Amino acid sequence: MEIQLRVNGKPQQSSVEPRLLLVHYLRDVLGLTGTHIGCETSICGACTVLLDGQAVKSCTLLAVQATGGEITTIEGLASNAQKGSGNGAAGNGALHAVQEGFWEKHGLQCGYCTPGMILAAVDLLQRKKNPNEREIRTALSGNLCRCTGYQHIVEAVQYAAKKMSARKPLKMAASSGRTP
Amino acid sequence: MIPASFEYQAPKTLDEALRLVERHGDEAKLLAGGHSLLPLMKLRLATPRYVIDIGHLRGMSYIREENGQIAIGALTTHTEIEQSALLASKCPLLPETAAQIGDVQVRNRGTIGGSLAHADPGADYPAAILALDAEIIAANTSGTRTIPARDFFVDMLTTQLHPGEILTQIRIAPRRAQSGAAYEKLHQPASGFAIVGVAANVLLGEGGKTIEQAAIGITGLSARAFRAEAVERALSGKHISEKVIEDASRNGAEGVEPLSDLHASGEYRREMARVFTRRAVARAIVAARGDA
Repeated sequence: MEIQLRVNGKPQQSSVEPRLLLVHYLRDVLGLTGTHIGCETSICGACTVLLDGQAVKSCTLLAVQATGGEITTIEGLASNAQKGSGNGAAGNGALHAVQEGFWEKHGLQCGYCTPGMILAAVDLLQRKKNPNEREIRTALSGNLCRCTGYQHIVEAVQYAAKKMSARKPLKMAASSGRTP
Repeated sequence: MIPASFEYQAPKTLDEALRLVERHGDEAKLLAGGHSLLPLMKLRLATPRYVIDIGHLRGMSYIREENGQIAIGALTTHTEIEQSALLASKCPLLPETAAQIGDVQVRNRGTIGGSLAHADPGADYPAAILALDAEIIAANTSGTRTIPARDFFVDMLTTQLHPGEILTQIRIAPRRAQSGAAYEKLHQPASGFAIVGVAANVLLGEGGKTIEQAAIGITGLSARAFRAEAVERALSGKHISEKVIEDASRNGAEGVEPLSDLHASGEYRREMARVFTRRAVARAIVAARGDA
């Protein structure tokens, strides 16, 4: 089965078995191992990526379902990784505001859940500019941190929200199919 | 956790999809958002020979008013329902219910048609659909038919849909003045499925002192979602008081055999049906009075 999609801004064309899960396509075919496999049962959120701008669990999606779509993984968030990646920075290698927040606020311990947490937080901040703590916790309820480091994760998202709303206007890639 | 091999088909139109399900019968499974089917396929509890992907079909994802009713396309995602301004004003129970499904990622992919057709005993929509007296539209190659929500859920993972049919639309009457609804749920902390979920939809009498009609849908408690008629009878025509609500709620599990699993015993589910029925009814009354 032929699939065509864009991953982190780059067009990809592959021949895949229909039963190949998106997470395995990203990791094993494209070598993008930043997307993690955790529970494999749509619960933990470690495999979260953006599909057309929306957070999805890539362990519960067939690669063929993503055909024609635009995927963003953790590798595509920093500004040198993808032109017009939506973080407003201009191709200078700067971290996305959410990545920076996790760095500044120590939003990770072992780091296993981090890529999924960051992409779920990006989805939230596209929809809501200044979420309160409860809204952040609700939006991240599909992402489990086995180190239970939720407090710092919430602070990291708050940091990013503050930074992103100070840096206007927030523009999404034209092809992402979703406006913030 | 890799699905067994299958033949993948991605029809371009609904007609093409209908011909495929007719041809393949029970050897085929329909794939919409995939959030019910793929987990089962990964566990190899489902090993369909054909997977017919209708997720890309155009024109089956919408929420609009049609002939005085609200029509929702089967491929509308939980997120779209949660965020719909039309539903927020005409049928707030549905967005309230959608917001309690799974988590953000699940709601971004899962569809209302897929969830209803799958009929998981812990799914949330069935309770709301029952309490709203919704209609479910099913199509096959020779036409469409309308199934009342009350008749739709037959047993665990089993609905009135026949082989060869595709659920295409859900129709709901807009809320009436002096009516209010609420969905209250005890959720399983990991998956978010309802251990017990109760949707209450009440119509109050003049002045908001009495309950004229009550419709109660309960999910999670037993193999299939159902209308709690004993609760409805105990509420209808009554002057509203805490005692009336409390007494009526005791009938939540009447006539049903509660499920028992590692998350909750049957006895516990029965008790939670009482508690969550009480909460849902009380909040539905508050919502109805807010309108008066």
